[in-house]
Amino acid sequence: MSAIFDERIRKVAAEPEVQRKVYAATGRLMEHRRHAVTETALPDYQELRAHAHELKKHTLEHLDHYLEQFAASVERNGGRVIFCDTGDEVEDFLIKLAGQRGARLLVKSKSMTSEEIDLNERLERHQLEAVETDLGEFIVQMTGERPYHIVAPAMHLSRYDVADLFTAKLGAPREEVIEEQTMIARRVLREKFLKADIGISGANFLVADSGAVVLVENEGNARLTTSAPRVHVAVAGIEKLIPRAQDLAVFLKLLGRSATGQALTSYSSILSGPRREGELDGPEEFYVVLLDGGRSRLLADADKRQSLFCIRCGACLNHCPVYRKIGGHSFPWVYSGPIGAIITPQFMGPFHEPGLPFASTLCGECAEVCPVKIDIPKILLELRAEVKEAETRAGANRLERLAFQVWAWAMTHPAVYEMGGLMAAAALAGQGGYVKELPGLINIGPVKAWASQRDVPAPAAQSFRDWWRQRRGGRA
Amino acid sequence: MNRERVLANVRRALGREPGQAIAPLPEPRIRIAQTALEDRLRTMRAAIARLTGKFYEAASPRDACRYVAEQLNGAEAVASNAPFLAECGITALPNVRAGWTDPAALREACARAPFGITCADFALADTATVVLLTSREESRLPSLLPPCHLAVIPRERILSGLDELLAREPLPVDSRSAMVLITGPSRTGDIEQILVRGVHGPGEIHLVVV
Repeated sequence: MSAIFDERIRKVAAEPEVQRKVYAATGRLMEHRRHAVTETALPDYQELRAHAHELKKHTLEHLDHYLEQFAASVERNGGRVIFCDTGDEVEDFLIKLAGQRGARLLVKSKSMTSEEIDLNERLERHQLEAVETDLGEFIVQMTGERPYHIVAPAMHLSRYDVADLFTAKLGAPREEVIEEQTMIARRVLREKFLKADIGISGANFLVADSGAVVLVENEGNARLTTSAPRVHVAVAGIEKLIPRAQDLAVFLKLLGRSATGQALTSYSSILSGPRREGELDGPEEFYVVLLDGGRSRLLADADKRQSLFCIRCGACLNHCPVYRKIGGHSFPWVYSGPIGAIITPQFMGPFHEPGLPFASTLCGECAEVCPVKIDIPKILLELRAEVKEAETRAGANRLERLAFQVWAWAMTHPAVYEMGGLMAAAALAGQGGYVKELPGLINIGPVKAWASQRDVPAPAAQSFRDWWRQRRGGRA
Repeated sequence: MNRERVLANVRRALGREPGQAIAPLPEPRIRIAQTALEDRLRTMRAAIARLTGKFYEAASPRDACRYVAEQLNGAEAVASNAPFLAECGITALPNVRAGWTDPAALREACARAPFGITCADFALADTATVVLLTSREESRLPSLLPPCHLAVIPRERILSGLDELLAREPLPVDSRSAMVLITGPSRTGDIEQILVRGVHGPGEIHLVVV
């Protein structure tokens, strides 16, 4: 584990107020989901999950085919598709487009893909104003933070934090009533929507047969982003493809329920491009920026490829005992929770945060609630092995290897083992039921780190071997 | 150039050749519940109540018009170009503006009006969803900018749910730029997970079934 990861976790562990908020919020989301997928609420829930898994698997196995089909469909409808390898290429395209259209103000609706490439910072460097319009994202943009949670970006902040922020950043009179705070945001952002030159959205799904971008949301900010400005640009990862519009019958049902327990989210928009002949509103230009950004590398592993099935519902975060304890900002990259723990090392390499795949109890809840059945615990184990192999290749883990060699030797030599046991018992004796602190001699390095979070049961007064010998002796 | 590079990387990762055939795609999963109209109405009424939307079953087009007039109570409204709204007499109500041809005028009116009136192309009973297909008759903004959305639904357009909609419209956005599914009012829970309605879209929605 890197020092910074360790430090972030310690910081959260020392903040009971943040822990309480995250625990309560994720608990409520768990509860909503649980009610929405019961046998009466959704009898075919398991079938839908299995089908969604199969569809995603098929699509990714033939992704080149569906990407080509999607691009052809978008172009048939009068839009344009821009393939990008990196964030730099996305930036180049957007800066050029903004320049040609004389754009200054851009409104954005939630896009994790744009978080991946720090799109807002890139746009600001070119003197473009990019405003996040989802209420939670609007708030965290003002605090200069990353979203805390995929579905609830400002989960860690209270109404009082928001009151401070709105007063400081918007010059609004201090307001602590949540309804009123929301209306302040509505007024500020409404003006931005109507003035903006370009709207940038993400995509929940990209539909190959329709050339459509599907956006799922509750607030209406994605609808405004994609309907009010003259130009709509959707920025999405190449893995968002689904084959047919009809497949939405499976995905929309699972997404709303898994995320917030809603049978359908308030707004689902299926958008296929610029306004057609006779239509009175909607964008005049439509672009879909498809980002690889490391995804094709990930595709090459037939087993771990399933990490790309994710539809970003956030259920695995809510159900994860580790996420609920350490919160969204302890994670080293934009994606947090169990899905972040499997995506991050595959995008950024095993050394980006070697401790990440180990920050899991492997309890399996994440896989249990995943609407597309990603086997997250299995992938975590594979990633742990990869971290260890990479460390060994890099010459690390010598001490650990030595320790295990000594261990193996002791385990295959009974006399040595018994002697070791006696010594350990002697060293740990006399501390009552649990050993809270190890003797200084062995309380070093990885042993110390391990023991800092655990109390070891004190050894019994009599060892098993001793007892066994006595018992046999008594009988004989 | 970028396009070919990205596609080549994807193909290399998958071990596929350009233009290589694909394995059979799993059949679409469409399950349509066969329910009587009365059942659908009952389901829809219960579902919209849970979402805090209003439901009104009008006995006739004239009755729908009366209900709409009562809600407006003289306030300004933007009505879509849907012929059914004119048939109901809604577009002839005082302060209701309709017959849009100029995009700028429509946008400006929607930004100001307290009410937007649309005519649903379909409605989904199980989730109380209003389906709007963008066209010269139905624009995007009247259901989005005004704080209150009145959706008029001819009863024969009420479908059982999403599956039936996608069975009828397998390619819903081929000849139009958008299909929007509206399920209840605009809402957020982004501050302390306290539910607030009307954050960006309408905070109030009425389903008026004719």
